[in-house]
Amino acid sequence: MAERSFQQEIGKLRLGEGQEFRGEGILAVTKALLQSGIAYAAGYQGAPISHLVDVLNDAGDVLRELDVHFEASANEAAAVAALAASVSYPIRGAAVFKSPVGVNVASDALANLASGGVRGGALVIIGEDYGEGSSIMQERSHAFAMKSQVWLLDPRPNLPSIVRAVEKGFELSEASNTPVMLELRIRACHVYGRFQTRDNRRPPRTLKQALAQPIRDTGRISLPPATYLHEHEKIERRRPAAVRFIEDEKLNEIFEGDANDIGIVLQGGLYNTTLRALEQLGLADVFGKTRVPLYVLNVTYPLVEPELLRFCAGKKAILVVEEGQPEFIEQAINTILRRAQVATSIEGKSMLPMAGEYAGSVVKAGLLKFLRAYRPELAIKQEEARSDDAAGTGQQKAATALKSVAGNVRPRPPSFCTGCPERPIFTAIKLIERELGSRHVSCDIGCHLFSILPPFNIGNTTMGYGLGGAGASAFSGEAERRAIAVIGDGGFWHNGLASSVANAVFNKSETVTVIVDNGYTAATGGQEVLSSAPERDTVRTTGNPIEKAVRGVGVEWVRTLTRTYDLRRTRDALKEALTTSEKGPKVVIAQSECMLNRQRRVRPQMAALAQQGGRVVRERFGIDPEICTGDRSCIRLSGCPSLTIAPNPDPLRREPVTTITRSCVGCGLCGELVRTEALCPSFYRVSIVENPSRWERAKARFRRAVIRRLQRRVIRRATVSA
Amino acid sequence: MTDLAAPPRPITIAIFALGGEGGGVLTDWIVDTAERGGYLVQATSVPGVAQRTGATIYYVEIFPRAAAETAGCEPVLALMPTPGQVDIVIASELMEAGRAIERGFVTPDRTMLIASTHRVYSIDERMALGDARVDETALREACQAAAKQVIAFDMQAVADGAGSQINAALFGALAASGALPFSQELFERAVAAHASAANSNQAAFTAASVKAMGESASSRRPVRRKPGRLRPSVVARLKHLRPILSEESLSLICTGVERLTDYQDDEYANEYLRLLLPFIGLERERGHGDDRLLLEVARATALNMAYEDAIRVAELKIRSERLARIDREAGLRGSQVLEVTDFFHPRTEEIADVLPAALGSAVKNRPWARRFCDRLGRGGRTVRTTTVLGYLSLYLVASLKPLRRRSLRFKAEKAALSEWIEAILHIAANDYELAVEFAKCRSMIKGYGDTHARTAASFDVLAAAAPMLLGKPNAPSILRQLREAALKDEEGSALKNAVKALGKG
Repeated sequence: MAERSFQQEIGKLRLGEGQEFRGEGILAVTKALLQSGIAYAAGYQGAPISHLVDVLNDAGDVLRELDVHFEASANEAAAVAALAASVSYPIRGAAVFKSPVGVNVASDALANLASGGVRGGALVIIGEDYGEGSSIMQERSHAFAMKSQVWLLDPRPNLPSIVRAVEKGFELSEASNTPVMLELRIRACHVYGRFQTRDNRRPPRTLKQALAQPIRDTGRISLPPATYLHEHEKIERRRPAAVRFIEDEKLNEIFEGDANDIGIVLQGGLYNTTLRALEQLGLADVFGKTRVPLYVLNVTYPLVEPELLRFCAGKKAILVVEEGQPEFIEQAINTILRRAQVATSIEGKSMLPMAGEYAGSVVKAGLLKFLRAYRPELAIKQEEARSDDAAGTGQQKAATALKSVAGNVRPRPPSFCTGCPERPIFTAIKLIERELGSRHVSCDIGCHLFSILPPFNIGNTTMGYGLGGAGASAFSGEAERRAIAVIGDGGFWHNGLASSVANAVFNKSETVTVIVDNGYTAATGGQEVLSSAPERDTVRTTGNPIEKAVRGVGVEWVRTLTRTYDLRRTRDALKEALTTSEKGPKVVIAQSECMLNRQRRVRPQMAALAQQGGRVVRERFGIDPEICTGDRSCIRLSGCPSLTIAPNPDPLRREPVTTITRSCVGCGLCGELVRTEALCPSFYRVSIVENPSRWERAKARFRRAVIRRLQRRVIRRATVSA
Repeated sequence: MTDLAAPPRPITIAIFALGGEGGGVLTDWIVDTAERGGYLVQATSVPGVAQRTGATIYYVEIFPRAAAETAGCEPVLALMPTPGQVDIVIASELMEAGRAIERGFVTPDRTMLIASTHRVYSIDERMALGDARVDETALREACQAAAKQVIAFDMQAVADGAGSQINAALFGALAASGALPFSQELFERAVAAHASAANSNQAAFTAASVKAMGESASSRRPVRRKPGRLRPSVVARLKHLRPILSEESLSLICTGVERLTDYQDDEYANEYLRLLLPFIGLERERGHGDDRLLLEVARATALNMAYEDAIRVAELKIRSERLARIDREAGLRGSQVLEVTDFFHPRTEEIADVLPAALGSAVKNRPWARRFCDRLGRGGRTVRTTTVLGYLSLYLVASLKPLRRRSLRFKAEKAALSEWIEAILHIAANDYELAVEFAKCRSMIKGYGDTHARTAASFDVLAAAAPMLLGKPNAPSILRQLREAALKDEEGSALKNAVKALGKG
């Protein structure tokens, strides 16, 4: 259970027939799953679908009432493998994760699942992390649908359409014996909207019932010779069945318009953007009435040939609005029209960019090009409107503003949070590099990857989740400067134990592996892992130390640091690992709880305790502005968001002074830096004791009295000398 | 196709915030207000990795429910802002307002810009060796030029005053802006409905609302830094300089005098003035009245003479003003008890620095003495300044002040300073501009310990280069480039390369 409460969201899962759901897209999907009568779901967290996993994790009561099993999977492959329950049994199930990275990991299971096919509806919900704000490499999950012959839904990004896609997705899966992927872009996952709910449905057959009467269908197991047959079955039976279902149920939508010698074919997920662009061109209204006919592909794989041919009939040209590359849909449309000898021209990537997100202005520019080529009179209106406005002072003012901001807007890369326990690890590495020279550092996926960015600038590569160690394996031999591999506890349990640690043992690696053990998969929203503190998770089994696992696979040299903020210890342990003459992989486990989650947990507790009159000590750091000379070495070694700059109060100095904001959580790294690195003496720690004991108060009064007397002497001395 | 102009246009709102500022909650409040006000709402965001301190955009579109009911269908609302099509832009910080402008979301024909003018510095502004802050005035001007209407003031300060997050202040300003067709009461209900911190949010909301209503569209000028408060006695001492010096020079020199009197004594301040005399003469001769060289020298000399040794640091740490400031900043209430712990890391160098010169250099040069001192400082020292013993220990170090003039560091600083002043005078006799540039170089020596050693070494490189530049046509700009190179990286490789390039050219 993450350190956030999802009780409000869970309430929404209980809504019944005819009620109105208001909330986020991904939560609507969660509700739609329950309305579809699933018996089980499995998932791995990651933006933008973490919310689904979090809510189901916390929704034990609702799930029990409905006899639904939810599993927080070890990784995405495990989540898709769970869909095996739908292979032979008429049971619906869903797997959910971030994509394309999740599908990459899951592709082994997905290919096996797709080969044999399914009897019960199997839905894979993927949060397509593409475009602005994405945290991963820019690829398309579409390719996986094509290669494994699973169907890909890409519904219009409004809640009723998304919910319908979930419900119809299961039916499609059952009608064609094929798993179905439902793709939701980031904004669609986070979109706030409404839909009319229906009652949740208990699964017609539960998992228990299935276990009581096992079914074994060897024809569905992906093992030769069945696999040869599966390929034919996919093409000859399952795919035609899917196409029939999509057409019969009208999963794709056609919006007619009067400019019917042209048309636009678009992915459902891009509907709102395309419509807004048309609206801005004066060719549509806010309610979706359009002059240019639209063929909205809520199913982007497979295409429905007859439907497409009907749409293209009588059109001289169509524009395919398809985000990302390669242009799979456009290529497929070309093939279909060519084979049918339809003469309609196909534009797409010829007018829209091949790469990058299709934002409103991008789509508008592409549409304008298309109109100019095929219906110039429709484009003219737009150009007239623009030239009217262009003469105005507005453009000039805007140009002035743009000139003023030029160079004054700097990037804001993400960084470690205030008080993050991972920061001291990289501070230590930076200190060691100063002493022993720079290192090859192989990174992993997780918050610790921010080490690559300023101010640390540490890290050479990242090869994927749990692969930090494996990414250094070519450099694992004896060397003067040993490589460092970083891996988080999330990545460690995802697959790092085998791929990074066991791999290093097996191959006699000399690499130093730093395992960042903060108790959560912090970057995905703070979900628990196998090694999380046991008292914080009552649902699953946690409290299995990483050190035990590491030793279990044969690592001899292990150091566990229980407080990363102890900079000298952290530095010394890393240094020892880098210089020891002992053979074999060296593992440093650096533990301290994720500060974001810690604050979420501890802050309310402390406030409550203080309220009840309990003794509470709060710490934070400060900087004496008169003593700080403004060199900012401290910021370059820490980068803590609460450590920032301010105009210098000293009229003799021009450069900004360093300061600590109120957001400081008193982690102590600043003080440790002074002690370890001979930084400036301007840092101080303030401890505020709330509800102190009487003895404490008396002591403080006495101390203050003595200090005041001494201070008076200081002042006297100063006046005498001046 | 029937009339397309008839249905109203959705109102579009983009929020530019930083991770952790409560942009999500602000969005929720807007959603809540609009729904209560009879509007259909769609809102979305791309938090992604930006949730960790990065820049985040939230986007909301609202549409009158009545219009949708009349039409009998739902409006299709966009999921991302389009340049030129945003009615309200809310920016939680000045540079974020600049980002919204840069991306074309703020336009003079329709955008109401609600921006907090405080700064949250970006990492490259924060970590630079020199001053890398962006031009705030330009950003403010851009806000005025880009938007149709602007409400801009320090909303973080308002939020701090109310003990809330900035989102409540931004929301208050939005309510007061009149940009949304809802009553103040509806906005207030949204804040009240939010369970956590309703009271402080309410306070920030109201304060910002009131301020925003009073805020005309005109920009507020940035607050000018007040010159240091000068003691009359100091001003009196400099009376004879008044007719000769510009206001600016006088004020700066007064600050210098005051600083050095405080640092050591009257005599020390007089020494300072004596050092400045040739420059005062030089400026008079030049007769420009801008005193650029004098200003630079006066500034650098004062800072140099008031170098930060252990005595100075201890003295500043034990002052009553300091502990009063810390109490104030902590917002100490009732029976709360406050403790201050200071962190030090004296090395042999710092210890030797405050010893009498002979003893100091003996300590530095005798291995056994070094070992002893190293052991004293190893691993740093923490001093609990609010305890009697802790305070006394700093008090004792501070009372070494009368001995400072005999200390090792004092002698070294004095020698270096007079060498520098001589060099400047020599350069100034030939090239005034080069002398100004060289004077500016002195302030790059800063910090403690290793940092001090590193910056002093960089300065030495420049000090060696400056006289050699004399006679070159663009000497001042070359020296400026070298100075900038010195502030590029800690390792000094940019400076090394620049010097090497100079040797070749």
